[in-house]
Amino acid sequence: MEIRELQAKAAQIRMDLLQMIFRAKTGHTGGSLSNTDIITALYYRIMNIDPAQPKAADRDRFILSKGHSVESLWAVLADKGFFEKEQLATFSQFGTKLIGHPNNKVPGIEMNTGALGHGLAVAVGMALAAKRDGVRYRTFCLMGDGEQAEGSVWEAAMAGAHYKLDNLIAIIDRNRLQISGSTEEVMGLDPLEDKWRAFGWNVMVIDGNDMQALIESLEAVPSVPGKPTLVMANTVKGKGVSFAENVPHWHHHVPNETELEQALTELSAVFEFYQTEGQGR
Amino acid sequence: MNTIPNRQVICDTLLELAQHDRDIMVLASDSRGSAAMAPFAKAYPDQFVEVGIAEQNIVGISAGLAHSGKKPFVTSPACFLSMRSIEQIKVDVAYSGTNVKLVGISGGISYGALGMSHHSVQDLAVARAIPGLSVMLPADRHETKQMIEALVQYEGGVYVRIGRNAVEDVYESDAYEFTIGKAVTMREGTDVTIIAAGETVRVALDAYEELKEAGVSCRIINMHTIKPLDEDAVIHAAKETGHIITVEEHSVLGGLGAAVAEVVVQYAPVPMRIIGIPDEPAIAGKTAEVFKHYGISSDNLKMVALHMLGKQEKN
Ligand SMILES: Cc1ncc(C[n+]2csc(CCOP(=O)(O)OP(=O)(O)O)c2C)c(N)n1
Repeated sequence: MEIRELQAKAAQIRMDLLQMIFRAKTGHTGGSLSNTDIITALYYRIMNIDPAQPKAADRDRFILSKGHSVESLWAVLADKGFFEKEQLATFSQFGTKLIGHPNNKVPGIEMNTGALGHGLAVAVGMALAAKRDGVRYRTFCLMGDGEQAEGSVWEAAMAGAHYKLDNLIAIIDRNRLQISGSTEEVMGLDPLEDKWRAFGWNVMVIDGNDMQALIESLEAVPSVPGKPTLVMANTVKGKGVSFAENVPHWHHHVPNETELEQALTELSAVFEFYQTEGQGR
Repeated sequence: MNTIPNRQVICDTLLELAQHDRDIMVLASDSRGSAAMAPFAKAYPDQFVEVGIAEQNIVGISAGLAHSGKKPFVTSPACFLSMRSIEQIKVDVAYSGTNVKLVGISGGISYGALGMSHHSVQDLAVARAIPGLSVMLPADRHETKQMIEALVQYEGGVYVRIGRNAVEDVYESDAYEFTIGKAVTMREGTDVTIIAAGETVRVALDAYEELKEAGVSCRIINMHTIKPLDEDAVIHAAKETGHIITVEEHSVLGGLGAAVAEVVVQYAPVPMRIIGIPDEPAIAGKTAEVFKHYGISSDNLKMVALHMLGKQEKN
């Protein structure tokens, strides 16, 4: 997909996920909106994946370590055809497989996540297996910035560099908010890029809501032989919905009907804009 | 109907006590909202510690604080606090004998639709297996208040587990006296005993009424302290009522039922049934839906009791 089509797609995914959350009356709104662009770039442009063969041996792997923002991923997997789009209506309902965290009973999900600080270690294991077997898939792992307070993240970071996993790409959704407020007030992380560099990673800092920047950086990896890559994606929590942007309580706040309507109006304007421009090319 | 969740009662109680006891400290792991501890953080910033999303760290830091004379209350989701940091609990709290109170919030299947990573239905089994660690579940807001007051006085490692939402009162007021390790007989009975803890006490009390209508005399025990277990209460119940049913918001492996069974089989063997979450990732859904699915309900308790007693269910 071209950049503009990806931008339109991201707007559509945001609308889909807001409707899911509204219907279910539960969900993680802020963090899903902040990482929608990242997940859209990965699934519609960067990763080698085939919904018809979700277990293909050479597929790229994706681990959503910040599993609470699964809504954007459910919407993407449905749109890609990993499962029927109608299933999105069952999100968080009794007996559903589409629970509030990634669940590998659903095609397209590699690993179950939800407890923060697990994803990167698992991704290290997948990347290590690819190296040992000489297989050419890449492993992508998306983490939260609040998640960086878990010590296990750094144990995995150390191992990724130690085993020279240049087929491993970690992305941090650096939206600077967690549940209790600003990351720098709850548990300071800055200078976060320097910490990852000191752990031996190739670090790229980008605007994680800028599709062009996402594509350029992700298409460039693996870029440094013998080093895993960390993409520090500076994002806005609640991105795309004016009243939710950068507001902490939208972490797991559910829109009411008026809010949903306003959000859909804002997002469909974005969608229309990119779609018409995209077709004009 | 009570609308005050136990987590809020804990905050209120600690707020009150912290006024006179500057050693009381509350710790949170990006969980002050979920634990309802924001008012405490605001009122006593010097007695509040935020560690970020780091459950191993929160327990280690608490052990250090306790070692230095503080009375730390760790408030963090039960699923992570009980499992993520279990080694810190074992070594830094229990083995080292530090005075840390671990309050697991949103325990059981409070986080119904978030799946197994967020369900806390192995916590009692795990906590119970650690020497020196006490394990408690308050049944309502009155018991919660008294339990916290008792724990501020009590020296030693304790794991307290509460749910997320407000629960109906099981006591009329806080007039009754809570004692650590002393079970409460909520209803007298002679045919069968139902032992419950935490939020399932309410379910057991409802079953009492239904069984009474069916002509069965049922004893109800609130086993608020699962460890150390009130063995006398269990042995008496077994001998005097001849049948025991346990009901818990926990896996049937290793929790309240197991604790009771360990006593029953050794000292007063009688028929027993353990009602809880089977050994599987619990189905997603709201608490009421999940309870119903697994028979953690007064209807099912009644059916199980009638079955045990060899009586046919009416109609
Ligand atoms: C081990 C663990 N502890 C606590 C939580 C509860 N929790 C869910 S989301 C969240 C905040 C996450 O913040 P961040 O990583 O910055 O994600 P984002 O802001 O992008 O949503 C917390 C504390 C969890 N899921 N796992």
